[in-house]
Amino acid sequence: MNWKSWGISKSPWLYHVNTGSCNNCDIEVVDCLTPKFDVERIGGKLVGSPRHADVLMVTGPMTRKSKPRFERILEASARPFIVAAVGTCACSKGIFHDAYNCVGPVRKVTEDFDEDIMVVNIPGCPPRPEAIIEGLDAGLKALKEVEI
Amino acid sequence: MVGGLVFDFFVFPGLLFTLSAGVIASWLVRKVSALVQWRVGPPLLQPAYDIAKLFGKENIIPEESLEWSYLLVPLMGPAGLLLSSIILVKANYPGTSFVGDIIVLLYLLVLPGLAVVLGGMSSGNPLSSLGSNRELKLIIAYELPLLLAVTAAIVNAGGGLRLAGFTSEPVVASISGAFGFIAALLCIQAELGFIPFDSPEAETEIMGGPLIEYSGPLLGLFKISHLMALLVLPLFLVTVFLGGFSTGWGALWGALKYVLVLVGIILIKNTNPRLRSDQALKFFWYGAAPLALLALVLAVVGNLAGIGWL
Repeated sequence: MNWKSWGISKSPWLYHVNTGSCNNCDIEVVDCLTPKFDVERIGGKLVGSPRHADVLMVTGPMTRKSKPRFERILEASARPFIVAAVGTCACSKGIFHDAYNCVGPVRKVTEDFDEDIMVVNIPGCPPRPEAIIEGLDAGLKALKEVEI
Repeated sequence: MVGGLVFDFFVFPGLLFTLSAGVIASWLVRKVSALVQWRVGPPLLQPAYDIAKLFGKENIIPEESLEWSYLLVPLMGPAGLLLSSIILVKANYPGTSFVGDIIVLLYLLVLPGLAVVLGGMSSGNPLSSLGSNRELKLIIAYELPLLLAVTAAIVNAGGGLRLAGFTSEPVVASISGAFGFIAALLCIQAELGFIPFDSPEAETEIMGGPLIEYSGPLLGLFKISHLMALLVLPLFLVTVFLGGFSTGWGALWGALKYVLVLVGIILIKNTNPRLRSDQALKFFWYGAAPLALLALVLAVVGNLAGIGWL
């Protein structure tokens, strides 16, 4: 474990990316910040710029239009960071599996862009806030094992 | 002598003290905000974790930025605040031969705001230059009442421009001092970039404003500048208006005054909506500045007529 990934696991700043989701997962992501779940207990907070982000919370099945935008966000983010695919659509395209306009899932697009970026899948339609926090925790723990 | 100087700059009241006290102040801001919103809030060392993490991240320099100013400007804020912290703390202990000059201090306190403006302007992003624009308007707005209020305090204390002259008896214990304190408190709120005067950093509209392109260590320097400002600016109010602090029990009493001022600022932050730039300008020029001017007039009258409570 090195100090860089330790720092990220202590203060994960979240950046919210919507790639064509129905807004359900987005609301659950914002739920994590509410008094009941309060992700700030573990240092998480929502930031407005991908330059500040440590975790990209990606929701939605990755429509054809949003793919180039998402790749630009991946390019703009300061490394090291992890990608969290929130919701069934982001994990496996869900009910949009054979849709012509969806090029997901998020893991495939991210790995096509850069193989070194770690992707955490958080399934659920929408995932409960507890599940999102657990997924974040798992991702940050896994990040500690990797040499950055 | 040189050893003492090094101690002053790097341990107390210099870098180490300012940073550690700033971390606690920054934690206090987030914790009290969380308690107001019925949340638990972050652990004590959270601001330190944030800064440690930022220093471990990649440093992106945008292609369209003005590179040398983009890289140099983040150092301005911590440098200015470090010097003002040393001047403030030294001036509160009469034993030292140091003469704290309030004019120098006022100049140094403009540096962090100016650094944010320059950093935003040189990062080549439309949103960040918009944020810089708003920050500049805010500086123009709050400098006038702040200077008027400080002038009122100078006249009231009658100790000239030396900071040590303010600490003999609290300025706020008179009518002009109380008015001046209220005006200065609002200016400090704007200087810290807190709600209701956070239009430069409006996170929901322009996404962090001037700092939008900064990442990694440079962003960490801006965060350090902000947490130092959380220590220095309320300390400035405590020294000029509330009688400062001294050794022994006086230090504890001074710390209590500082925490009270800080918590007041946090509560204003948490119970108000954001003002637009024009509303902030109106608020400061038509609201706070006349109040500070009134304080100045009362202080002059009180000084000439020899009325202590005016």
